[in-house]
Amino acid sequence: MRKRKGNKIIKSAVFFGSVRLAAAVTLGILALLLLFILVKGVPHLSLKFLAESPENMGKEGGIFPVLIGTVYVTLTSVLIAMPLGVAAAVYFSEYAGKGRLVHIIRFFTEVLAGIPSIIFGLFGFAFFVVFLGMGWSVIAGGITLSMMILPTLIRSTEEALKTVPGAYREGSLSLGATKWQTVVKVILPCCRSGILTGLILGIGRAIGETAAVMLTVGGSLKLPVSIFDSTRTMSLHLYMLASEGLSQEKTYATAALLILIVLGINWLAGFIGRRLTKE
Amino acid sequence: MRGKSLKVKETIIEKALFLCAAGSVTAVALITLFIFSSGYSVLRSYGPLNFIFGMDWSPVNGEYGILPLIAGTLEVTAGALILGVPAGIGCAVFLAEMAKERWAKLLKSAIELLAGIPSVVYGFFGLAIIVPAIRDWLLPAVQKIDPDVPASGFSVLAGAFVLGIMILPTIVSMSENAIRAVPLEFREASLALGADRRETITKVLVPAAKSGIFSSVILAMGRAVGETMAVLLITGNVPKVPTGPLDPAATLTGTIAMEMSYAGPEHQSALFAIGIVLFILIVILNSIALAVMKRFGGAV
Amino acid sequence: MTTKKQNKRIAAAAALMVLAGCLAMTGCGGNKEDAPSGERDSIIIAGSTSVQALSEELAEAYMEKNQNATVEVQGGGSGQGIKSVEKGIADIGSLSREVKEEEKAAVSREFLAAKDGIAVIVNSKTGIKELSMKEIQQIYKGEVTNWKELGGMDKPITVVTREAGSGTRSSFTELAGITQKDDSGKELDGILKDALVQPSTGAVKETVSNTPYSIGYVSLNALDDKVAAVRVEGIEPSVETVLSGDYKIQRPFVYVAGTGLSSGAEDFIRFVMSSEGQKIVEESGFIPIKQK
Repeated sequence: MRKRKGNKIIKSAVFFGSVRLAAAVTLGILALLLLFILVKGVPHLSLKFLAESPENMGKEGGIFPVLIGTVYVTLTSVLIAMPLGVAAAVYFSEYAGKGRLVHIIRFFTEVLAGIPSIIFGLFGFAFFVVFLGMGWSVIAGGITLSMMILPTLIRSTEEALKTVPGAYREGSLSLGATKWQTVVKVILPCCRSGILTGLILGIGRAIGETAAVMLTVGGSLKLPVSIFDSTRTMSLHLYMLASEGLSQEKTYATAALLILIVLGINWLAGFIGRRLTKE
Repeated sequence: MRGKSLKVKETIIEKALFLCAAGSVTAVALITLFIFSSGYSVLRSYGPLNFIFGMDWSPVNGEYGILPLIAGTLEVTAGALILGVPAGIGCAVFLAEMAKERWAKLLKSAIELLAGIPSVVYGFFGLAIIVPAIRDWLLPAVQKIDPDVPASGFSVLAGAFVLGIMILPTIVSMSENAIRAVPLEFREASLALGADRRETITKVLVPAAKSGIFSSVILAMGRAVGETMAVLLITGNVPKVPTGPLDPAATLTGTIAMEMSYAGPEHQSALFAIGIVLFILIVILNSIALAVMKRFGGAV
Repeated sequence: MTTKKQNKRIAAAAALMVLAGCLAMTGCGGNKEDAPSGERDSIIIAGSTSVQALSEELAEAYMEKNQNATVEVQGGGSGQGIKSVEKGIADIGSLSREVKEEEKAAVSREFLAAKDGIAVIVNSKTGIKELSMKEIQQIYKGEVTNWKELGGMDKPITVVTREAGSGTRSSFTELAGITQKDDSGKELDGILKDALVQPSTGAVKETVSNTPYSIGYVSLNALDDKVAAVRVEGIEPSVETVLSGDYKIQRPFVYVAGTGLSSGAEDFIRFVMSSEGQKIVEESGFIPIKQK
């Protein structure tokens, strides 16, 4: 009897020990990764780095055109995905019943969410770049990314719409408003911050994406002027710098900046999301 | 009169919204159509079986066997799961059951923030730290036993390590949710029956949360299979079936990304055909995850 | 509450302005200098697939300058370049080798537009300074796998190569003779399967400089102080030794004319040989014929 008990204590100790170890390793590695890149990269960040053009394929100079390219591509993708995503979410949450068709559409949205980014890249290349003749360009990359972030936007908007109490809808409808008026004037304004959260998450995903962008925007380091110009986003630039070993300093600086931007964006989304739940 | 036109307007709006909702169907359909039609010609001329089970990937010589790439992808993914799943689930158990509430909340949101870090950053980390670490620390020791081991550090192990880290946030976050979703009564009942905390966790809570944990693993697997940039930078891209963790390997995704830019027409079609294989693989994995979640009604 | 609303309005307005800015810039970017009116000159270049990428770059720059010219670039192979000018299908033929004796009859004029040279680079730890063509072949075919077989240290060789489809890879296998004949006698890429594959010149350089006992190859004009190039058959790779013909892993890019050149084609060739055209040659990774 005593022996069994002792056994139990040892087993417990081993179990909790290993769980603690797993947690320590997980948290430790993730922290190490962040710290490593930030410590090596942040000292090289400067206003000059942000405002100057790269020279020698990024070996020297800054990343100004890359920043602009990132903003262009991201903005294009969000401007396309946002209206579609919100409209789709409104349909799912306010209009759609439980019919078979709706079920199928939902399934396809899930499928879209799971498709690996390189497939989006292949498709964007075959369809936008070649078939539609857009060439490697901001617009080809932007539309490709908009398809990628669409499921995120639909899902988060739908979640936000769910938080609107049913009484609001009934109240509005009973006052004689139509369904559409209810959606536009009552429901959407209620969950603005929820939609914003989704939007910000979408932006974060678009900024971080590389594989899809690589096959669709080309990679030119010139400052993009029109949306039909080839460009390079920060993630793609980081890939090029890392694989070609052009400059340690610039690589770490770009990686650190990318991490800071994405973390900042995700934190902002979380902040707005939490404020939403408080409201 | 006014009511009628309003009604018409409402119907039109509903139809328009429906079209937007069907946008993802259109997107999936277009993607499928273009990937399949672009990849079809090589699949037909080379033969789907030769394509999938061929051992020789040398597009320059007109050989399009992708078995080495499939093997590379599966080995790197399996390695990532072996390294990432125990650590991730352990961390989830810790956060859900052992850590102080305030700490758990803080750490969990930190981990969720990390989920957003671009994969290319993980790849860079692998290239700057893990590949040299394997090369300079691990390999000299291994070389004493096996002098012929590939000496570059670009390897399945490096890829598995980086992907293992990459999938941690997914596993931790989803598994933790699943464990927390187990009703309090289960815990109380188990403890009341005389089970200690370890037994409660291993025999009651984890089994009860298994569908959520399982889904997290499947999703992580999908992420590992589909990941491109990180593996492209660190696995060495050698289209040969890797026979050990220190062998370099090429993956399905990495090969597409790497060879697309200069590929001739037939080669390009073959890369699209790889896309078909990848697409089918991912859809199957995700369907399993969805089905499991639905069947057990686990928390996502 | 109102301030919140206002903030959001301002944010939305700012986003709109940025977008409007993009669109306005699009409009401006589209306006190019007015082209002089006149009929369109159409030039067709056909031949070597290795020269194709360079021809396309040159054609694009040329068309940018001469708005009323169109230059169409086709592949087919060096032999096809000769045939197509002979038959009058193309205005200019392109070759990535010298014109053969038996082909001279079909060609009225030759223009050496550029040279393509490839340097073999090694990691500094190898201590290797020189390799023969044969040794390079043995290494890349996997017949030699340890540096000691070549008089170096007892260390396995890590071979680095470019991805399938890369022009540098195909010229390297061809020029250094790393090929194998298949049953039908077709020349195949013979680079060993164990070679690490890197997708760009920079990545090859980076990998070779970081990986002990490794060997790789890059375009000659991508050489820098980061990695050491070996002497091949005793000759240091450099622009001079390539132009003089002493360094062996190299080839010429030649444009040829059949019975004569149209004025448009003549003008294009003039552009290629100009300092502007030669700059494009250099930017495309090849060695310009006219040095500054």
